[in-house]
Amino acid sequence: MLLIPCPYCGERPEIEFSYGGEAHIARPQNPASLSDTQWAEFLFMRGNQKGAFRERWIHTHGCRRWFNMLRDTTSHEIYAVYKIGAPKPPAPGEKPAAAKKPATRARKGASK
Amino acid sequence: MTGSMRLPGGGRIDRSRPLKFTFNGKGYTGYEGDTLASALIANGVHLIARSMKYHRPRGLMTAGSDEPNGMVQLATGARTEPNIKATQIPLYDGLEASSVNVFPSVETDIGAVNGLLSPFMTAGFYYKTFMPSQLFWDKVAEPIIRKAAGFGKAPTEPDPDVYDHKHVHCDLMVVGAGPAGLSAARAAAATGARVILADEQAEFGGSLLTLHREIDGKPSAEWVGSVVSELSGHDEVTLLRRTTVTGLYDQNYLVALEQKIDDLTPSSPANPRMRVWHIRAKEVILATGSHERPLVFADNDRPGTMLASAALTYMNRYGALPCNKPVVVTNNDWAYETARTFKAHGAEVTVVDTRKTVPEDLGTEMAHLGIEVLADSTVTGVSGKHRVKGVSVAAKNADGSGIAGVSHSIDADGLIVSGGYSAAVHLFCHVGGKLSFDDARVSFMPATGRKALACVGGTAAEFGIAAAIDGGAAAGAKAAQAAGFKPGRAGKGVQVADDRADGNVEAAWLLPSGTAPNRSKAKFFVDYQNDTGAADIALAVREGFDSVEHMKRYTLTGFGTDQGKLGNINGLAILAELTGRTIQETGTTTFRPPYTPVTFGALAGRDAGDMLDPIRVTNIHDWHVAHGAEFENVGQWKRPWYYPIDGETMHQAVARECRAARTAVTALDASTLGKIDVTGKDAGVFLDRVYTNMMSTLKVGSVRYGLMLHEDGMVYDDGTVTRLAENRFLVTTTTGGAASVFQHLEDYLQTEWPDLDVYLTSVTEQWATVTVSGPKARMLLERITDMNLDPADFQFMTFREGKVAGLPARVFRISFTGELSYEISVVWHHGKALWEAVMDAGHDFGITPYGTETMHVLRAEKGFIIVGQETDGTLTPYDLGMGWIVSKKKEDFIGKRSLTRPDTVREDRKQLVGLLPEDPGFVVPEGAQLVNNSVKLKDVPHFAPPGLDGAPIYGRKASPVPMLGHVTSSYWSDALGRSFALGLVKGGQARTGDIVYAPLDDRTIAMRIVDPVFYDKEGARRDG
Repeated sequence: MLLIPCPYCGERPEIEFSYGGEAHIARPQNPASLSDTQWAEFLFMRGNQKGAFRERWIHTHGCRRWFNMLRDTTSHEIYAVYKIGAPKPPAPGEKPAAAKKPATRARKGASK
Repeated sequence: MTGSMRLPGGGRIDRSRPLKFTFNGKGYTGYEGDTLASALIANGVHLIARSMKYHRPRGLMTAGSDEPNGMVQLATGARTEPNIKATQIPLYDGLEASSVNVFPSVETDIGAVNGLLSPFMTAGFYYKTFMPSQLFWDKVAEPIIRKAAGFGKAPTEPDPDVYDHKHVHCDLMVVGAGPAGLSAARAAAATGARVILADEQAEFGGSLLTLHREIDGKPSAEWVGSVVSELSGHDEVTLLRRTTVTGLYDQNYLVALEQKIDDLTPSSPANPRMRVWHIRAKEVILATGSHERPLVFADNDRPGTMLASAALTYMNRYGALPCNKPVVVTNNDWAYETARTFKAHGAEVTVVDTRKTVPEDLGTEMAHLGIEVLADSTVTGVSGKHRVKGVSVAAKNADGSGIAGVSHSIDADGLIVSGGYSAAVHLFCHVGGKLSFDDARVSFMPATGRKALACVGGTAAEFGIAAAIDGGAAAGAKAAQAAGFKPGRAGKGVQVADDRADGNVEAAWLLPSGTAPNRSKAKFFVDYQNDTGAADIALAVREGFDSVEHMKRYTLTGFGTDQGKLGNINGLAILAELTGRTIQETGTTTFRPPYTPVTFGALAGRDAGDMLDPIRVTNIHDWHVAHGAEFENVGQWKRPWYYPIDGETMHQAVARECRAARTAVTALDASTLGKIDVTGKDAGVFLDRVYTNMMSTLKVGSVRYGLMLHEDGMVYDDGTVTRLAENRFLVTTTTGGAASVFQHLEDYLQTEWPDLDVYLTSVTEQWATVTVSGPKARMLLERITDMNLDPADFQFMTFREGKVAGLPARVFRISFTGELSYEISVVWHHGKALWEAVMDAGHDFGITPYGTETMHVLRAEKGFIIVGQETDGTLTPYDLGMGWIVSKKKEDFIGKRSLTRPDTVREDRKQLVGLLPEDPGFVVPEGAQLVNNSVKLKDVPHFAPPGLDGAPIYGRKASPVPMLGHVTSSYWSDALGRSFALGLVKGGQARTGDIVYAPLDDRTIAMRIVDPVFYDKEGARRDG
């Protein structure tokens, strides 16, 4: 059972949290304009990475806020937690993302 | 053989405190400080148990948690515990224990006939023999095998004991309090770090409780005492004895089981029987030591056979002599200490050394002591059914592959074996640690593991005492530093006399003998607890199960309560030899928690009985209880199911409640429905996006029914939306879905549309709700409210605020029964007052309380779905015939795009239909499968998995009957005077009038597909 550092509440045991799947998958702005294939890509396809993985969590039995976590899926090491809409912290061995103009709307997928 | 084998002096037992106990009904005496195992050995009892498969007589192999044989049924009645290792039971006065897996007794056991049948009971025997006929397996083979297999008996009474859990954080967790662990804890504690030290034994000291050494000129026991007393003096140090760390998990999270009460003292919340510790440590040091291995040879399981380290422990620690005439078989130097100690106690000792040469110093010493040493020799057999009588020994041939000449038998009453030591790397591997096999030490060693995790002493295959102490101290200081503490001055290394760090082990697994195991009548045991022999491993390899994980499962090596602590390494080494691979290439099976078995009571802790899960009740609950309601669990809620009176059956009660709803007036406690307050200037926009229909157009004071979909287009929840004010809505959800709907809405608000000005508040437990329903509902309500109830004024699907029974109330005209209904909500703690006022006011109308079952029948008669009963997450609104609720105007809402996917527009999707059994008196069970043809279930072949070529195996045919769907709801209708059902049928909406069939166990029911609205199709009754 992990000890999860909620960005709002601090470290709390995993039983207080719920998992929300892969992060940074933005709901398309205009679903009607997408082909079936494009919609299926958004709806069903997920990375399922081995190693560093960005995922969503909610502190269900705490502040009830969603946030993102960068976690190693093999060692379960938590590299970083960050608020929704915040820039992605780099994974170990990854170059920090170049500073970009902040998105006008903070969404699940500020960028993919 | 019985009689006192207690040594006149020595050991850590207290001879002034005798303890009486019984084993298999016979009385014995031991001493304070004994385990059940040591007390039995001191009483000359070696026949402890029977093995699982062949029911072979077995004795104690070890003195610790690696014991495979010596399991007993401990205590009686509600406190009885099966399969407890005698080596881990501290003796107490009045202890009662008995052998497991025996009938009628351990001496004469009927199951031993299996031993005679053993040539037919090889690995995979059960599958090969019994599986071809399903019927034979179900009816004959499985019940007999289940009865014969397994060990002790589970208690049948509730556990009377109290268990608890404790959660702690520390800087350093040290697992194991032998020389390495004590030393590590001491070094870390000196820095001020918060340290927890745990050991599975009742006393700290580990191997030093057995080995008599001088450490820096002091006896080892004194060294242990001084370290323990130093540790006890630190405020930040916690010492846990009788505490087994059963698992190491990610982020250095450890779970440990502490045995707090070992005797019959009653437990209490203040003094629990066991405690589960949840420990989060910044740093972990594993000082779990090592396990000695036996050797594999013919009949190496005769009672009286024991590991060399265990024999030494029984003599040195417990003052019990295992036997008078031991044969010691070894491939290393360490076992000579056991031989020497036996000799010192007057035993007649022979050593069989499998190595080509014996170190000169040992040879000289043994000759001087008068111990015969047979070097370059092997064991070819052991005689004695209930106790070792003789050991057959032969010289090895030149290349060590077989024997030279003939065996000769040595009279013996004990067989002491040592095959070297294996590092106890279990916890290291729980978190994915990788091992490497060290050929010089003949042991696996920790190679690469997690951060902030160190292995010291035996765990690192470091077998010397000085190395353990020095290595422990270094690791302890380093861990403290890593946790943020300043290390003190490094101590100098310790001097340990007679510290034999290198045992000169010469790898030996299956000893050479005249006969291969599979050609021999004898058994060459590898895993004692599972009766796995070397021949079984050979068979597994012949049949293609040559990966270590396959071999384990085919032969059962490494299963059971000892989890292969004794036999695993021998098993995989034999597998390596058979497959021509190295041990490193062969690898180990996966080590998984728990390290030793944990009783369920401890895991449950206080979360048992009423504390298992939160129980949620409404404000009206006491009234329901007082009026004899039967309850149904809906999520965590207790909801009245039906209210039987005068011994009514459920069927009678529900029929009466339904009749009252259709002819008079009824009341339902609907307080459990989920309620969410949605406030903010964008609340309407938000609700438009989460419901299929338009909510922003709702007028203040109006109510609308809505469906929520997931993004995949499947129905997720339903409920009503009421516009309380311009920017304020009240959303209701299903009882079971309240929490997840709330989370779903928060998800979209927080992550997709944080720009919306909307606030969600769960108000489920702020409002108690009573539904008054039936043709006389208005007449009833008129008596307790001044509101204008004229249906032309207070219309269907609107809401009013006012006073009901003098209480501030919200009244909604919503109907889930099809009858005139008012849902009245008041502040939660007014719920019971409202309910009682309704009951009083309706008394002369024959007001009838009804529960969830009647609610289900009434709504099904109207064709209203229940999410989670009609739906299962695979149905769109169109599948449910609810296309009318999907807005065509809205550009987007959650799930809209998915409704035009090729899969969701298929015409043969399962669709909701009404079903009328052709036999109107028969209520079809819910869940019944529907098919097109009138087949009988008994003619439908059992499902059989296909073979590799895709064809069914075992000569049976796979099911040829295409499934159409299933019955989702099925009831007797009092209003219709017949049975009816709702169900899902492929393409069912176009099949009205068709007959489908539900094949049941004893009959097949024909059902006609009809419209799902059975009662009052016109909706004429909702205004009363």
